[in-house]
Amino acid sequence: MDFTFTPVQEALREQAREFLAATPEPTWAQLAELGWTGVSIAEEDGGAGLSFLEEAVLFEELGRALYRGPYFATIGLTLPALLSEDRAAIASGETTWTLALGPLVPDLDSAEHVAIVGGDGIYELEGGERELLAATDESRPLGVVRGGEPGRRLADSTVLAEIEARSQTALALEACGVAWLALEDAIEYASSRVQFGKKIGVYQAVSHPLADAYTRVELSRSLALWAAWCVATDDDQASIAAAAAKSYAGESAVAVCETAIQSLGGIGFTWEHRLQRLYKRALGIESFGTSGTRLRAEIAASLIEQDEASSGSLAPVKVTQGG
Amino acid sequence: MDLRDTPDEATFRAELRSWLEESLPQDLQGHRGGATRFAGPEMRAWSRALHDAGYAGLTWPEEYGGGGAPYTHQAIFLEEMARAEAPPHIGVIGIGMAGPTIIAHGTDEQKSRYLAPLLAADEIWCQGFSEPGAGSDLAGVRTSSRLDDGHFVVNGQKVWSSFAHIADFCILLTRSDPDATRHAGLTYLIVDMHASGVEVRPLRQITGEAEFNEIFFSDVRVPAENLLGEVGGGWQVAMTTLLHERGTLGFALQAQLEVQIRKLVALARDRGADPLQRDRIAREWTEMQAVRFTNYRSLSALMKTGMPGPEGSISKLVWSEANQRVTKLALEILGPDAALGEENAPYGGYWQYQQLRSRGNTIEAGTSEVLRNIVAERVLGLPYSR
Ligand SMILES: Cc1cc2nc3c(=O)[nH]c(=O)nc-3n(C[C@H](O)[C@H](O)[C@H](O)COP(=O)(O)OP(=O)(O)OC[C@H]3O[C@@H](n4cnc5c(N)ncnc54)[C@H](O)[C@@H]3O)c2cc1C
Repeated sequence: MDFTFTPVQEALREQAREFLAATPEPTWAQLAELGWTGVSIAEEDGGAGLSFLEEAVLFEELGRALYRGPYFATIGLTLPALLSEDRAAIASGETTWTLALGPLVPDLDSAEHVAIVGGDGIYELEGGERELLAATDESRPLGVVRGGEPGRRLADSTVLAEIEARSQTALALEACGVAWLALEDAIEYASSRVQFGKKIGVYQAVSHPLADAYTRVELSRSLALWAAWCVATDDDQASIAAAAAKSYAGESAVAVCETAIQSLGGIGFTWEHRLQRLYKRALGIESFGTSGTRLRAEIAASLIEQDEASSGSLAPVKVTQGG
Repeated sequence: MDLRDTPDEATFRAELRSWLEESLPQDLQGHRGGATRFAGPEMRAWSRALHDAGYAGLTWPEEYGGGGAPYTHQAIFLEEMARAEAPPHIGVIGIGMAGPTIIAHGTDEQKSRYLAPLLAADEIWCQGFSEPGAGSDLAGVRTSSRLDDGHFVVNGQKVWSSFAHIADFCILLTRSDPDATRHAGLTYLIVDMHASGVEVRPLRQITGEAEFNEIFFSDVRVPAENLLGEVGGGWQVAMTTLLHERGTLGFALQAQLEVQIRKLVALARDRGADPLQRDRIAREWTEMQAVRFTNYRSLSALMKTGMPGPEGSISKLVWSEANQRVTKLALEILGPDAALGEENAPYGGYWQYQQLRSRGNTIEAGTSEVLRNIVAERVLGLPYSR
């Protein structure tokens, strides 16, 4: 058992953080040049042949940077449905995709192609009109597609389970990046702001919620990285791990941002401070796709109804009398 | 990153699993816990069996009778023990706290005298830190020790000392310099619980049973060679003990929580759970998994760098509050039957007992408030509140 990133993965994180700090609004071509668009795409398709774990590092950093662009839509959402030639075009930086999994489609302003889910498979949308909608989170544009029809068939609908797990995990990782930065802002403020003659971080009404926020961030990361490993290795537990990660990390990022906003007082409530943008991304992640409540209903069903036969460890409560 | 067992870990797990299947006595399996489990000879026999099979002190250096195994084996051991619902070795304080402190600070004589009988469950240890006037603020201890003719003479009172009623030795934090304040002037001693002048009075807990005790010391003469560390250097030694109390506990606690949630799921199957209760079950399962993988991350960091990651500091805090919620939820699922006492309650009163016992979890081994202070100050670097 080894739950650490390799030095190469750590270096990728460092590179990502530096690059995104210097280039807050990178183009798709720039991401392709860095090799980010082809991370998990096979070498024969022009990718790096690495895994979702390297992409996990990037999703966390992209979340932290509140990156606006079709990386999630292309890599986190649509990729499993795409054919070899489409993947090659993504790796080379020529094209981008999004997938209409529900009525609200992410990154519809920037993604070149749109995939849709038909009865038995996933198809490329032909024709149709795109309408952009106003979204609370300005860093992740949403829209709807009207009309059009299924064109090229891309994949069997069996790929949907993989898409669900992958996209939920990507969102959980983004949520971790968002929550970390919000927490850092709050720690910095609580360590310097003085009221009643003391730094406010000495007041436990300030510091204990921050300790709890830290706890939620670490627990979120543990779930998100577990899910990422499951997705990368096609593990049996990928679906339930992704559901756990998305529900917990999404809700936690919202809670952590709320704690941070409170810790900053009036400044936390302003448009100028980045907390409002982090908060809105967190809210966007929480509401994207399947809600935490719905995911937990699925988890409960798999624990209570489905695992009974398969898992010997879920034996009935056994207690000895006395003692 | 690879979350699967290595071939070596897989072998260890498989051997352990079949050993547990063969060796765990039926009547000890799934025991609900509590003080009376120590009353009979079965627990000693079980602890000795663990020791004879090489599972006591698994990660301790071999020269001290340990297994010299990597920390991952310890994690697997705890997982498998929990899976089999096997009770832990009776020397909880000895193996978890006294032993590691002696390994870190003890003399060679102390190591050869105390470590082996501790692992073999021949000698039981207790911890005498808390006092009526010194709980969270441990530096306020007043139990005195005075050097006199090759002995420390100890006077004072300790409280909440678990296992003291069955203990042979006590790790005792005393004040050797009455003029020094706070962290200075403290001295850490190993005290024979059978020495004259030591009196143990059991304290009855919220559960009705007596797991912890008061200890009174009246002119107890402790040989000078029972000093651990330096005279006046007791605080540093005590910090080693607390680090182990809170640190290595993480895996054991997660494993216990997993058992608890497994039983909760079984309860929901047995008695039915409404959608709101199912939501909470899924929440608790999710958080338990999060604690598990947080422990793995901390452990991996420890294996790679020799230092556990900062994330390890939250295990006990999260576990204790989770265990309180889980046991409360179980009572809720039991419905009106939750009000029944042990003799008439379903499942032998397991949940009633567990729920009451869980209230101690946020107090023992550092209260949740103190742990939040530690996270805020040491992990987040927020300004010190004291
Ligand atoms: C089941 C059980 C087993 C135990 N076993 C042992 C044992 O074997 N050996 C041993 O030595 N001790 C043992 N203890 C004692 C335990 O360590 C103490 O109870 C604990 O440290 C708290 O001390 P206290 O009881 O004096 O409470 P206090 O320290 O008086 O605390 C009372 C309340 O004030 C809060 N508080 C105190 N200081 C602060 C602060 N700075 N900021 C915010 N809140 C604060 C606490 O969190 C708590 O809520 C055991 C306790 C229990 C419940």
